[in-house]
Amino acid sequence: MEIVEKKNKNKLYKPIHEGIADWPVYQLSKNRKEFLDEVAQKAIQRILQLRPSRKLLIDELETTVYREQNRMKRNRWRVDPKDENKFWAKIKDELVELSARTPDESPGKEEEILKLIVLRYAHEIAGNFKPSSYRFAREVTQFWFARLLNGARVKKFGAFFRSRYTLRDKIHIVGKVKMLRRLARKGTVVMVPTHFSNLDSILIGWVIHALGLPAFIYGAGLNLFNIKIFAYFMNSLGAYKVDRRKKNLPYFETLKMYSNLAIQKGAHSLFFPGGTRSRSGSIEKQLKLGLLSTAVEAQRNLYLETSSSDVRKIFVVPVTLNYHFVLEAPDLIEDYLQVKGQDRYFPEQDNYGSFQLIRYLFKFFTKGSNISVSIGRGLDVLGNYVNDEGESIDAKGSVIDTRDYFLSNNSITVDKQREDVYTRMLSQKIVSEYHRINRVFASHLVAFVAFEMWQRKHSKLDLFSFLRLPEEDLEIPYAEFCETFKRVRKEIYNLKDAGKVYYATHLKGEADLVIQRGLDNVGTFHLKRPLLKNKKGNIITRDLNTLYYYHNRLVGYDLEKFI
Amino acid sequence: MTSKSLSEKPVGVVGAGNFGTVIANILARNRKVFLYGRNEKMIMQILDKRENRGYKIHKNVTPINDMADLAGQCEVIFPMVPSEHFRAMMKKLSPHLHPYHILIHGTKGFDIQLPKGETLESIQYLDRSQVRTMSEVIQDESVVVRVGCLAGPNLARELAQRQPGATVVASHFNEVIQTGKRLLRNDRFQVYENNDLVGVEIAGVLKNIIAIASGALSGLGYGENARGLLISRGAVEMVYLGRALGGNTKAFLGVAGIGDLVTTCNSPMSRNFTVGYRLAKGETLKEILDDMEEVAEGVNTVRIAKKCADFYNVRALITSTLYKVLFEDMTVPQAVQYLMRNPLNVDIDFL
Repeated sequence: MEIVEKKNKNKLYKPIHEGIADWPVYQLSKNRKEFLDEVAQKAIQRILQLRPSRKLLIDELETTVYREQNRMKRNRWRVDPKDENKFWAKIKDELVELSARTPDESPGKEEEILKLIVLRYAHEIAGNFKPSSYRFAREVTQFWFARLLNGARVKKFGAFFRSRYTLRDKIHIVGKVKMLRRLARKGTVVMVPTHFSNLDSILIGWVIHALGLPAFIYGAGLNLFNIKIFAYFMNSLGAYKVDRRKKNLPYFETLKMYSNLAIQKGAHSLFFPGGTRSRSGSIEKQLKLGLLSTAVEAQRNLYLETSSSDVRKIFVVPVTLNYHFVLEAPDLIEDYLQVKGQDRYFPEQDNYGSFQLIRYLFKFFTKGSNISVSIGRGLDVLGNYVNDEGESIDAKGSVIDTRDYFLSNNSITVDKQREDVYTRMLSQKIVSEYHRINRVFASHLVAFVAFEMWQRKHSKLDLFSFLRLPEEDLEIPYAEFCETFKRVRKEIYNLKDAGKVYYATHLKGEADLVIQRGLDNVGTFHLKRPLLKNKKGNIITRDLNTLYYYHNRLVGYDLEKFI
Repeated sequence: MTSKSLSEKPVGVVGAGNFGTVIANILARNRKVFLYGRNEKMIMQILDKRENRGYKIHKNVTPINDMADLAGQCEVIFPMVPSEHFRAMMKKLSPHLHPYHILIHGTKGFDIQLPKGETLESIQYLDRSQVRTMSEVIQDESVVVRVGCLAGPNLARELAQRQPGATVVASHFNEVIQTGKRLLRNDRFQVYENNDLVGVEIAGVLKNIIAIASGALSGLGYGENARGLLISRGAVEMVYLGRALGGNTKAFLGVAGIGDLVTTCNSPMSRNFTVGYRLAKGETLKEILDDMEEVAEGVNTVRIAKKCADFYNVRALITSTLYKVLFEDMTVPQAVQYLMRNPLNVDIDFL
């Protein structure tokens, strides 16, 4: 059944900058070489501070080589450069040679090796924004999305070439849109969305464009670049690559410096602070602090290096993406259960190539599965709300000077440990904002209610034994389900009034109708439907694990006690 | 040593009670100190006689009664007021504070935020969101984030006599810990570091429960075996309760945990100890509280800890038995008998 949002205020937004030439990301790509040199140079400085002696540095380099060679042996990807083996073998030889010599014989050699590695990483990470391919990619997405949409919706020959529907009908952008546009003009925006699906990257790219914002630089998982169609779009959208397999100090520092300097230079940035797609289906509770810390650090540096009062301010904007349906759900939850059941490493797997994605997109457009994007209020790097003017305000509404957080004895000081705590505070604030701006869909709620009801009936079983129950044994009489559904829905209304969550407009109204909408939409395109009605009209499931996944979306609101 | 640091900014102390006055004196050995008091008379007395609450006042201490002035002159402030007045004090101080301020408090108590019309007795359950430590009150009420606390075996009288002693400065920020250390440390006063702010705060609060029980044992005329038993089992209970409320085990084993616990359980002068002692002698709680000048923090803490233990399903035998003695009609001998019959005999199971 089609879900039509009643309050669909989506409209076309004018770009806030006239030409691409004014975009910070373009400026960055124009001076790509200088920029990467600066990144490398500053990252090297930082690493030398962290590993101050020759011995420590050599140890670090040896670890790096060891890990890289291990990675190449165990987990190679299509995107990995062909000359990798040769490069690291050479570095290894040089290190062996170096350790045989005294420091006087080859002064500074270890730093040279470090420079080679860091420069290589910097080039690997860097995105390549080109206005021409950006425009092209944008047009292609727009054109084909619109064609697909119309061809699917209006069942008439020829409708394929009309533009009656646009993406705007499909994707609802709600929340602080105006504020986001203002902040993007006043300062540098760091957008931090929740991460559920590989589709997020493309979706959010479209959102940024639809809101009239200049292109953002993107921190995108390198695994996405394995999928060719993604790689093309991501590259042209200004994405930089985050490789989660590389867990060594030179890589971390180079990556952070890249983000840090780009933000300092005013490039609006976007990364998924959860680090990876939410495996359990719940909203992120723990964020990765590495990239987040670069926002704090960049802000401090701007204060440190600019003496005048008009320092460019950094605004953190949380965003939640709400789906009825996540393509990868069955695999994600499988991963999650495996890891939770027994603590073991699982490699990043993508079972979906270009073909599956296109098929998914087609389904997405042809069937009624809407997506909503909620834009949160802007925050400063400490997690304080900002007002429309971009000034930070405290709980009572008085203006705070963000600069004061970095002061000690009247001067800006660099204190890594202090900034670590600030980053943690910011991440906690982002998590609570995620929960607050999350929009409850009917599909989330039916999944939550059904799963909790079943689990309550089998409260003696632990989660894993419960999930192993045969699906045929599970059935909830409709009347009972409906009653519980209403009770929990009421509680969501209360939460909304308390400012703790939002819900989509389709959640209101006749309960039977809303439940039907929920059932029709929850994970509709999976091979095995997570929730549906049987012939008697009772609620049944065909895939308990996937149901668990969709249920998790509403964990964290203490709704369990209303079942 | 003093000449250089005296040229730096002065530090502030809010609250001129026993502990506040003694801490001001300790700080005054390293810096100029402003001591804030609400009471004009007290300020005049310090100015005239250089004396407060029977303590001589160091020459570097200046009494002050203007919060704006205090916050304007000092970057580091030590709030030292009882927990029941703490939030009100912060509300007054807050408009003058900026994010560059550092606050290190020395208050051992909880702040309770209940919905309108509810009391600790009437409310259905009590969870952590309603129980706030003082550092959380500071962050609730002001923009200050660099917050720390002082805790440890710090009997004001002994500190004033310059007997050897130690304290813990706890904070998430190294910067705050180092600042506190630099300001407080002297040849008679050791300062230990801890980054588990909440754990250290909670340890300081919960030990008051055990102090009441310790007083009760003395009141019954029992000796050191019984006290040793109480202190060690009390420490275990503090760990359990503390973890439920968000602290780590380690904080409870340190100077602010065991150190403070042993001291308070052995000091007959403390208010909490006295409450237990007189209960054991057969007086009722009402009689005792009616003729005490100030509320013993521990009595309130027992009520709060009992509610929290119920909500989080924590085994807290001493606390819940003490609750029955204080607020229901169990007598102290009955309580002892009840505890001695408890069948659970695992010594240590939290490490």
